[in-house]
Amino acid sequence: MTVMTLTGNYAVAYAVKLARVQVISAYPITPQTTIVEKLSEMVDTGELKAKMVRVESEHAALATVFGAASAGARAFTATASHGLLYMHEVVWWAAASRIPLVMAVVARAIGPPWNIHVDHQDIFDQRDTGWIISVAQENQEVLDLTLQAFRISEDPRVYLPMMVGLDGFILSHTMAPVDVPDQEEVDDWLPPRRQPYYIAPETGVVMGNIVPDDDYYMLRYSMQKAMEQAKKVIEEVDREYGKRFGRSYGGLVECTLCDDADYYIVITGSWAGEAKEAARKLREEGYRVGVARIRFIRPWPGEMVRELAARAKGLVVFDRAISFGSKGPLFLDVAATAYGLTSMRGVIGGLGGSDVTADDIAGVVRDFVGEVEEKGSVYEPLYWLFPAKYRGKFEAKEVVA
Amino acid sequence: MLVELRFHGRGGQGAVTAANILASAAVLEGLYAQAFPYFGAERRGAPVEAYARISDRPIERHSQVREPDVVVVLDPEIPKIVDVARGLKPGGKIVFNSPSAPLNSEELAARSWCVNATRIARELGLVVSGWPVVNTAMLGALVKATGILSLDSVVKAIKDYFKGKGRLGELNAEAAVEAYKQAAPCPH
Repeated sequence: MTVMTLTGNYAVAYAVKLARVQVISAYPITPQTTIVEKLSEMVDTGELKAKMVRVESEHAALATVFGAASAGARAFTATASHGLLYMHEVVWWAAASRIPLVMAVVARAIGPPWNIHVDHQDIFDQRDTGWIISVAQENQEVLDLTLQAFRISEDPRVYLPMMVGLDGFILSHTMAPVDVPDQEEVDDWLPPRRQPYYIAPETGVVMGNIVPDDDYYMLRYSMQKAMEQAKKVIEEVDREYGKRFGRSYGGLVECTLCDDADYYIVITGSWAGEAKEAARKLREEGYRVGVARIRFIRPWPGEMVRELAARAKGLVVFDRAISFGSKGPLFLDVAATAYGLTSMRGVIGGLGGSDVTADDIAGVVRDFVGEVEEKGSVYEPLYWLFPAKYRGKFEAKEVVA
Repeated sequence: MLVELRFHGRGGQGAVTAANILASAAVLEGLYAQAFPYFGAERRGAPVEAYARISDRPIERHSQVREPDVVVVLDPEIPKIVDVARGLKPGGKIVFNSPSAPLNSEELAARSWCVNATRIARELGLVVSGWPVVNTAMLGALVKATGILSLDSVVKAIKDYFKGKGRLGELNAEAAVEAYKQAAPCPH
């Protein structure tokens, strides 16, 4: 193992190299581009023996790696924002064909108006596609998750593709120390891809053909079952990785300062760092606050969230995306899991890269705790944490059911 | 310990590279570090910012650096158009590539450090497309002014960065060493 100072995007590239990926295809889009730039360099110098396929669009990029993976190759692509939206049709194809592959999604706001900075709208737009969806907090975790993604996706109990989400610029373009494992260690931990069926000239396999409606139904049921299995696999892989490489993250949810907490911040992505800083600060003031960082949006860690809710006085859920006309998507899952068990506030913040500090998060939590202690029970599904310069000019708490 | 830094320069002058090399130098000392550019469109010649954080603990925060402990100014003309002291912590330092502090505030000038990095770069022939490359010299001045890292780590990080690029590693390392020798509190 070597400690290197890497951007989040380079951490992805090193993990892809260590996983001995055989086929890569991608189309450039900010802030993803430097992942495939680095991989192209690695292929060019012979450091990575992979086929790099140039394509005309993201739709074609995912179709290419989907094809390669269907033929049994370990395959990878990466994209962001509009690129991800453009490949959306193939996103469904890959998952419902039960073809393991890995895609990095460098989270970025969706236009118009044009914006290249982080929010999670692009990732949540893929929520229902049948992909396993993870989101990292730090560059180290980006590398670890990317390596783990191949193990999870290729596990016979799962056979679903997996996205590794990393926040645009905040991780993708920020340098930080990353422990990069040795190739031999990774080879030992990540066996070559095995697949029970694959497309080859000598074998006849029909994929995605028309089926009777009742069978279609049952195939959808099998995807849900695979997602449930994936929960177990994710926990196992996290534990085994920890034993081998010294880093474990708690599986689907990383809980920080949770032992004696009364209130939990529920959050995903890099701003969980600010949330942890906020929780430490609040603890100094006497508030017992923990942070439940959702590492996997799909499969949804309902059991853990329900367990936390059952012993909590309240949950403050932070969303960096919104389902217009409803609430934040993370909040929707939390509420569906824990409604009636505890008080809740759903916060919308940081859209389009709008900066959110630990003090901002602490302020929202302090205010929420005050309200719960005063009223006994609070349900506020839509609370706007406006950018600093607009705060106080609009109503932060919206009355919605 | 958490030290937050902001670099001011012009697009193409190497502010982002300076922040990156500084972070690598911190990691060489077993510390934790972050380096990131201002997340916006950059144009050659326009004022730009880059940021770094150094800590003895893992760094959790990712939000913008609003209250830097140290500011490094690569271009002496920048203070005319940008408030380089914006958010600077009380007692925080500014390191200028300038023979004297280009500031109106006596109080700020009194905690500023100066070095003529442009001259050092020219003397070493570190000039690209007519622009003196001052970023590596400024790292030498920065560690002299603040003592946050050793000069040795900075020199090693510079050589690592320019690995495989001929004499550039040596020359840039020399610029940092020379600036370390010459940097001093700004005359006032």
